[in-house]
Amino acid sequence: MAEYKILVVDDEPGIRMGTHRILQNFKVDYPFMDEHIEFKVLEAATGEEGIDIIETEMPDIILLDNKLPGIQGVEVLEYVKKKLYDIVVVMITSYASLELAVKATRDGAYDFIPKPFTPQELRSSIENITKQLFLKRMTQKMNKEGKQIRFQFLSVLSHELKAPINAIEGYLKIMNDKTFGDSLSSYQEMIDRSLERIKGMRSLIMDLLDLTKIESGLPVQRMQPVEISSIARMSMDTMRPYAIQKDVDLYLNSKEKVMMEADPNEIEIIFNNLISNAVKYNKTGGRVDVFIKEKKDAVEIKVSDSGIGMTEEERSTLFQDFVRIKNQKTRNITGSGLGLSIMKKIVDMYHGEIKVQSVPDQGSTFTILFPLN
Amino acid sequence: MKKTILIVDDDPDYLFQIRLKVSQFGFEPITAESQKEAETIIETVKPDLAILDLMMETDDSGFVLAYKIKRKYPDVPIIIATAVTAETGMTFEMNREDDQQWIKADLFLDKGIRADQLHREINKLLKI
Repeated sequence: MAEYKILVVDDEPGIRMGTHRILQNFKVDYPFMDEHIEFKVLEAATGEEGIDIIETEMPDIILLDNKLPGIQGVEVLEYVKKKLYDIVVVMITSYASLELAVKATRDGAYDFIPKPFTPQELRSSIENITKQLFLKRMTQKMNKEGKQIRFQFLSVLSHELKAPINAIEGYLKIMNDKTFGDSLSSYQEMIDRSLERIKGMRSLIMDLLDLTKIESGLPVQRMQPVEISSIARMSMDTMRPYAIQKDVDLYLNSKEKVMMEADPNEIEIIFNNLISNAVKYNKTGGRVDVFIKEKKDAVEIKVSDSGIGMTEEERSTLFQDFVRIKNQKTRNITGSGLGLSIMKKIVDMYHGEIKVQSVPDQGSTFTILFPLN
Repeated sequence: MKKTILIVDDDPDYLFQIRLKVSQFGFEPITAESQKEAETIIETVKPDLAILDLMMETDDSGFVLAYKIKRKYPDVPIIIATAVTAETGMTFEMNREDDQQWIKADLFLDKGIRADQLHREINKLLKI
């Protein structure tokens, strides 16, 4: 149950008591609202008293008489508007003159209730206001949350996409200005770096496409019985040229066939991510071991490397979007920072879990458990 | 004597390019690839101006570093160079008082800025 506070500001005790009585057992619900809204009625006999209650109780709705002994109702209205309080103000007055109505609505009153009113008139008026207020607050909340997420995503994305463009553009300008003379070979390193940055950008775009596929929650999973070791082997074949280039050896350690119900593409994305990371963050002459084991009620995939490892702190941020561990050891390694977060999302879809063990300068081991059924 | 300019950016390519530009302008560049490295440098060196990237180890490394530099050397002008302003509408106009209190940058520049513009802005801050 939610409770909205209604403040009645009127110098006639009869109106205040009447409002109290009419609204005390009144409830408002909306078809899609989980809960109904009840009302707590607060009373003030003067505008001054009303303002005190506004400050201490912060009502949601004010029923406001204009003709008051001290300051007038419209002045209370002005006060609320000036303070930018999120309160709906409804004027009640026996002199429901057009002139006052125009002035009050211009100053931000939501509605008018002519006095005297019947219980039914008051209730239907309050019902409308409540629904309006509820919807307004709901949309405000959703906009705020949505905006926040969109903002974060955009700022990181634009940073990651613009950084390589800026870098490549800068190199091209240097070449265009012939800063280091006419010989192309003077620019060889800049050309290499530009190509490297383009490679990084391509993999970011590929990862983003994977991610949007997962985030949009499309159930395009093609579940079927899958032999895990054969997918691992396929993925290792894909990564082998890269591993040779980095002088890293790949080993598959799996005795028997391990079957599970899965989408082979998703399992391949997982292996590709794990193995390419294990190669990427390895040392020259290092090794990567892939272990696949069927346990009692789960399939265990383990990939360990003899690489640079991570600190405790680095490990804790690992699965967030766009997190790339940045330090001296990784400075020349390109990557989108999306791979692990994509992998995590897939593993979550299978209700699996990921564990990471790591020792700086010795290596990391990623273990994934997929529950069977 | 040449004025020294501290450049801090975790993008090695961008760092190389700005370093080149700054020395073409006739200044002496000192570079750091991280907030941490820059903090070590400023312990012993007082640059005449600093150009900082915003997102390095953390999303606000540039702000934190600017704060630390200004605390140690209040008279060193600081430029924060970012790549993120246009898309997000983040303008950093420093209108809000609570931002002014802790974000200690003299100027925000987009990373795509032209060399001559950068030169002009540096000269302005160094009062050349």
